[in-house]
Amino acid sequence: MSDFYSKLRSIFPPDRLYEDAARVTPYVSDGLTVFREEPKAVVMPISNEEVADTLKLCHEFEIPFVARGSGTSLSGGSLPIRDGIVISLNRLNQILDLDPDNRTARVQPGVINSEISAAAADHGLYFAPDPSSQTVCTIGGNLAFNSGGAHCLKYGMTSNHILGLTVALPDGTVAELGNDSLENAGPDCVGLFVGSEGLLGIALEIQVRLMPVPESFQTILASYDSLEAAGDAVAAVVASGILPGAMEIMDRLAIEAAEAAVSAGYPEDAEACLIVELDGETAAVDADFQALSTTMEQTGAKEVRVAQSTEERLLIWKGRKSAFSAVGRLSPDYIVQDGVVPRSKLGQALKDISRFSSEAGLRVANVFHAGDGNLHPLILFDATEADGLEKAEALAGRILRLCLELGGSITGEHGVGVEKLEYMPDMFSPTDLDAFNRIRRAIDPKEISNRGKMLPSKEAPALSSQGPHPLEKAGVISRM
Amino acid sequence: MISQISKDKLGPKYASMKEPIEACVHCGFCLPTCPTYSTMGDEMNSPRGRIFLMKETLEGKIDPSEIDPFIDNCLGCLACVTSCPSGVEYGELISPYRSWSEEQRKRGTLEKLQRFALLKTIPCPDRFRAASKIASVFKPVAPYLPKSFGAMIELAPSQLPEKQEFDPIYPANGTRRGRVALLIGCAQQALAPKINQAAINVLTRNGIEVVVPESQGCCGSLAMHIGASKEAQAAAKKNFEAFPDDVDAIISTAAGCGSGMKEYGTLFAGADEEIADQAKAYSAKVQDVCAYLDAVGFAPPENSEAPPIKVAYHDACHLAHAQKIRSAPRKLLQSVPGIELLEPAEWEICCGSAGSYNIEHPDTAKELGKRKVKNLMATNPDVIATGNIGCLTQIEFHSKDSEKPVPVVHTVELLDGWSPGR
Ligand SMILES: Cc1cc2nc3c(=O)[nH]c(=O)nc-3n(C[C@H](O)[C@H](O)[C@H](O)COP(=O)(O)OP(=O)(O)OC[C@H]3O[C@@H](n4cnc5c(N)ncnc54)[C@H](O)[C@@H]3O)c2cc1C
Ligand code: SF4
Ligand code: SF4
Repeated sequence: MSDFYSKLRSIFPPDRLYEDAARVTPYVSDGLTVFREEPKAVVMPISNEEVADTLKLCHEFEIPFVARGSGTSLSGGSLPIRDGIVISLNRLNQILDLDPDNRTARVQPGVINSEISAAAADHGLYFAPDPSSQTVCTIGGNLAFNSGGAHCLKYGMTSNHILGLTVALPDGTVAELGNDSLENAGPDCVGLFVGSEGLLGIALEIQVRLMPVPESFQTILASYDSLEAAGDAVAAVVASGILPGAMEIMDRLAIEAAEAAVSAGYPEDAEACLIVELDGETAAVDADFQALSTTMEQTGAKEVRVAQSTEERLLIWKGRKSAFSAVGRLSPDYIVQDGVVPRSKLGQALKDISRFSSEAGLRVANVFHAGDGNLHPLILFDATEADGLEKAEALAGRILRLCLELGGSITGEHGVGVEKLEYMPDMFSPTDLDAFNRIRRAIDPKEISNRGKMLPSKEAPALSSQGPHPLEKAGVISRM
Repeated sequence: MISQISKDKLGPKYASMKEPIEACVHCGFCLPTCPTYSTMGDEMNSPRGRIFLMKETLEGKIDPSEIDPFIDNCLGCLACVTSCPSGVEYGELISPYRSWSEEQRKRGTLEKLQRFALLKTIPCPDRFRAASKIASVFKPVAPYLPKSFGAMIELAPSQLPEKQEFDPIYPANGTRRGRVALLIGCAQQALAPKINQAAINVLTRNGIEVVVPESQGCCGSLAMHIGASKEAQAAAKKNFEAFPDDVDAIISTAAGCGSGMKEYGTLFAGADEEIADQAKAYSAKVQDVCAYLDAVGFAPPENSEAPPIKVAYHDACHLAHAQKIRSAPRKLLQSVPGIELLEPAEWEICCGSAGSYNIEHPDTAKELGKRKVKNLMATNPDVIATGNIGCLTQIEFHSKDSEKPVPVVHTVELLDGWSPGR
């Protein structure tokens, strides 16, 4: 083992290899801080070769590793692995090439999502996937989780915008997946890699699709007396045949938090508000806007406001995108859930969640991608109470199972990570899981790449929803 | 984020550190505008990382000496407060933390000497003047001195303007609309007395009487910034005595001093009640000159022949982040006929001056200074305006190598009718 570290030291100078407590400690968790684990070391590569050499070494010595972008994962995806190392990709952060004619860009994995759009703006182009964390999270993290955002309703998730990849496989081999053009031949290897939560290796270079910035926008903010009414309004808009760029709902708690954070002028006395944004060519947006206004009038909204300027529009979005973090103002501890339900069942799901919430005696704030049926209940709890976290996790489990019962999914965009591992068998049959594992082992026979995440494997044998997490029992992770 | 910090163990002076730590949800929204994270790219040099490290240290899991380098790297610019949706008051953590860790710390002789030199010279205009003269003699050998000493000397101005004394009181022109006391500051008063003069001109012309308390001294912000809370408290107390009670506001023309004085509440936390109350009352009166002018109403100077000028406005961290003042200076500038306001990219990111940071961490400060100048110059201005003497000198210093350096002035000078060549 010491051989491993001495060889690692020959790849990285001391200022890019952290082994001491002060430099390793800040990496013990991602955005889900209830799970923490100290890695043995953190490395900060500055070249593809350094990444590949590190993986070769990990493969040789069977040392597990996790790739880390900005550590904003909400599911423990970038949580370190016991006795493993963290490979931090923040200094591989260059936009290598931007081709406005072909509307593509080639970027390193540590590039921040919104920086791609900023660089493309001069050419009237942008990178469409817009997770709320877009000013912070990296493209590497986005592709590992196939992240979504408000505007993915119309433009699709990250996977729709990745054309080709250079990846380091878990044994250090560097492979090219897909190609740089907009059309691909052969099996969709890019599709397999995107969304694999870092289990199949590390993306080193990413060819992304760029889109023309929409010519015009109309953003509507409607307030409702109940969360269900807002949910029904979404169904009404969908039924009218209009395809908005985004449709987002915030409930009273989320509105309160977001307003405190950015003062966007959200309705204060509403139980819920719905943001609908139309984007595209001016003529089409104008026509849709007429139709949308008529539809909205019939949804029983208390108040409908239309953003009058770009600043106002951006402020509405800033508040929405800050909402998760802003909920920290209401409760320092919460867990963000990420279930999906069919859009037609939104109203029912919200009603049930509210019932579960009062039965559990825990507040739940809702802020979500309504157009996709992608719920984000934020479960507020008091971590100073002995069973605070357990109660919250039990409620989370109830909500996720509800999503499955309604025909949905346990994750829309935040990934399975460690947090939702135990629900995988509820969603997939043993044969499905076995198939996933066979693919994984074909690529990573030693299971060193992000071991213990997404797929229940040898590290997480017994799965139960109550009490300590199975990974805790197995000693893979710990809570502090 | 829950913590196991024991308020009892920390005592009343430091107990408040628990709140910002617990308000942090570890979302990372503060990373992109943190100057150290954006230059170094590692978590221990990010706000989120520092908060976590301070938590672990205060819980007794890590020795304070281990995290010192990363705490020292922090510029205290508070960009992280502006970008935090969860309302984490990082300033209320880092200042007390620094003074707490200073109590536990063993510094090397050279470092001690440097801190001593800083604490003794900058806060005193006369000593600052004397030290600058000595420093200018050493300029040629600066490259051979220990890095930060070299920086201290390199940055010292080679020539200072003539010393200027102020009258104890400047009556308002026309009907008196208000009465304020002016903090003249120390480094600023030595480097650019014209700034205070401009402030007096603008205020009196706008019907405000200005008192300049004679026995005033340094506000203590610099000492507070580097965790020397005893020195800071002594300085503050001196000013509590020096400043009169019968004024509407205590005006600061240096954002660093203004924000520091607004933090007196934290500085005197746990102190005896009388002095703590005095500190709070004093803090409550402190106002930045632009915010005050905007609030009471400002009429621009009447120099109609002045040619139109393009002004790039630089948000001083201690104004924009620490005091949340961004619109007042812009509004005032735009009300001056002929001024066109330009907005540089990356307004949130510190210029690297940050109190004495450019002396203690010359490399990071230099990188940030160059980056700031590049962003400012990209707007193609005739003049750069800002509300803080530290930023002013830092930007001036790093724009020396620009193709076409432009003057850097305090906002209030433009409000006083500054024009090129005047
Ligand atoms: C306030 C807040 C709001 C959020 N809003 C949204 C939202 O609207 N939509 C959404 O989808 N998500 C959202 N998220 C979750 C999170 O931001 C995304 O999952 C994001 O894509 C993670 O990016 P990251 O750079 O932080 O990755 P990390 O957290 O560092 O890593 C995430 C995963 O990606 C893997 N990984 C990272 N880089 C690579 C690479 N180069 N190759 C292979 N694997 C890699 C890691 O191993 C890990 O499994 C939000 C999070 C927060 C804190
Ligand atoms: S933005 Fe605020 S809550 Fe989020 S990590 Fe930074 S300090 Fe903590
Ligand atoms: S004060 Fe400035 S340098 Fe320090 S953590 Fe906050 S943003 Fe970074």
